[in-house]
Amino acid sequence: MWAVYKREMRSYFTSLVGYVYYAIFFLVSAFLFMQNTVQAGDNANVSNYFTIILYLFIVTIPLITMKLVSEELKLKTDQLLITSAPSIIGVIIGKFLAAFTLFGSSFIVSSLIYYIPLTMYGTPNAAKYFASVLAVLLCGMAFISIGIFISSLTENQFIAALGTIVIIVILLLIGNVSQYINSEFIRTILSNISFSSRYSNFAGGILDYGSLFYFLSISALFLFLSTKAFERRRWM
Amino acid sequence: MIKVTNLTKKYGERFAIDNISFEVNDGEVVGFLGPNGAGKTTTMNIITGYISSTSGTAEIDGYDILENPTEAKKQIGYLPEFPPLYLEMTVNEYLGFIYDLKKCELKKKDHIDEICRVVKITDAQKRLIKNLSKGYRQRVGIAGALVGNPKVVIFDEPTNGLDPRQIIDIRNLIKKLGEDHTVILSTHILSEVKTICDRILIINEGKIVADTKTENLEAEIKGNRRLEIKVDGPESHVLSTLKKIPGVSFVTVENSYGNGVSSFLVESQNDADVRKPVFYAMAKAGWPIISMDYLSGNIEDIFISVVDEDDEKKAAEAETKEKPVKPDKK
Repeated sequence: MWAVYKREMRSYFTSLVGYVYYAIFFLVSAFLFMQNTVQAGDNANVSNYFTIILYLFIVTIPLITMKLVSEELKLKTDQLLITSAPSIIGVIIGKFLAAFTLFGSSFIVSSLIYYIPLTMYGTPNAAKYFASVLAVLLCGMAFISIGIFISSLTENQFIAALGTIVIIVILLLIGNVSQYINSEFIRTILSNISFSSRYSNFAGGILDYGSLFYFLSISALFLFLSTKAFERRRWM
Repeated sequence: MIKVTNLTKKYGERFAIDNISFEVNDGEVVGFLGPNGAGKTTTMNIITGYISSTSGTAEIDGYDILENPTEAKKQIGYLPEFPPLYLEMTVNEYLGFIYDLKKCELKKKDHIDEICRVVKITDAQKRLIKNLSKGYRQRVGIAGALVGNPKVVIFDEPTNGLDPRQIIDIRNLIKKLGEDHTVILSTHILSEVKTICDRILIINEGKIVADTKTENLEAEIKGNRRLEIKVDGPESHVLSTLKKIPGVSFVTVENSYGNGVSSFLVESQNDADVRKPVFYAMAKAGWPIISMDYLSGNIEDIFISVVDEDDEKKAAEAETKEKPVKPDKK
């Protein structure tokens, strides 16, 4: 697991991906943060920032997950991993942790930095703020697992990225669609699946166990499916 | 060391390998020989745990590759047909990665340096793999297979695509590895197995059609012996003279070179050596023999004859088994 983790971290920074990711993330997130808080005047609200930042993941998450497995399939290095690594789930978790490190480090660092101007210009609610940070981290974690799963389905990085974008968009917008649906039953299902409505449970500063469990199980499920997809030739 | 029992792999309705069984003993160097698509790679992929079999088992040192993959994999180093290299890594980083991946317990730096010395890539250890030549990359692939000192090393077409000089180097390397490892290698180049292997398994259309020690292989050749001779003399007369020699079963003109020289293919029964009678017959007629060569005895012919024989057998079986044709439903 750690061998794969180390290799993926190296590979992020020997290629440009890691730097491009950091550049895009810090640039756009700083801009969105200023727009929604310091410059928003009376409408200032940190939860607006955290909701909007989820939409940034449509671009940034596929960028860091698309190659994780599909490149192995393309270069046939999956053969090395499958025939040498003691456990395949360890390989997938190593990759997941690498992507999560890149994503989490940038998000946590940025959130800590952005907290400083908030305390300078006002009195932020720390519970709300950090519950939101946790929610976004969980959300990103689930997106990364889904990205890895889609990457393990194809040799083509471009298709992997496209597929991930589509799924992230659906999971974010599905809650908004639900308001156009007549049936209460379907509406409940859709808003429970929706990542943005799951996030809003945290935005009030509450640790919502249901949503916590939801994000963790989505991540676990897709990592498990990635393992099965990665070694599909072993059971097909 | 390796025990394969009734191994079968089906892709849809097609058998990639069909009920293969064989054993490889400790320290043996075994060549897996067969035309492209015969099932060599499939067999190797199953033994190394990359793909599963439809039925049958593969055991490595007593560990079943499906039931106890972790232990079984520890015994194997595998170089697939396309070396699985990370091009953006240096050789040292790559081997270090495999070392960590396999969770080896030897001293890391010493172990990697030792492997690099064995495969002669010490001078490239700090270079990026993407900047290395094909021959070097192949060596790095072999080095990767050797990490962790596995008892068995499996090479899938290790000399494919290399230049003659590199081929000789890799062959010598494999021969050397064979001294303290059990080696399986696959190839469709016949002279390769002859120079490297103790034993040859010939595989055709998913079945093992021959399994023999290398030194016995040539003796096993069946069918007629073929002699190619070049004679300076009138073609039709030479032909009729050759046909009259006792023991000769078939003669044909292979080539006419225009300056009176023609080459002939002379087939004789297996136990008859017709070289001397041919010489005397030609000498008597005053037609100088320019060259005379046995075509049989050559490993290429053995291979072709074994594979052909197998195909013929199958064709014959199919004919006898053929059921009455059902009327077309239209």
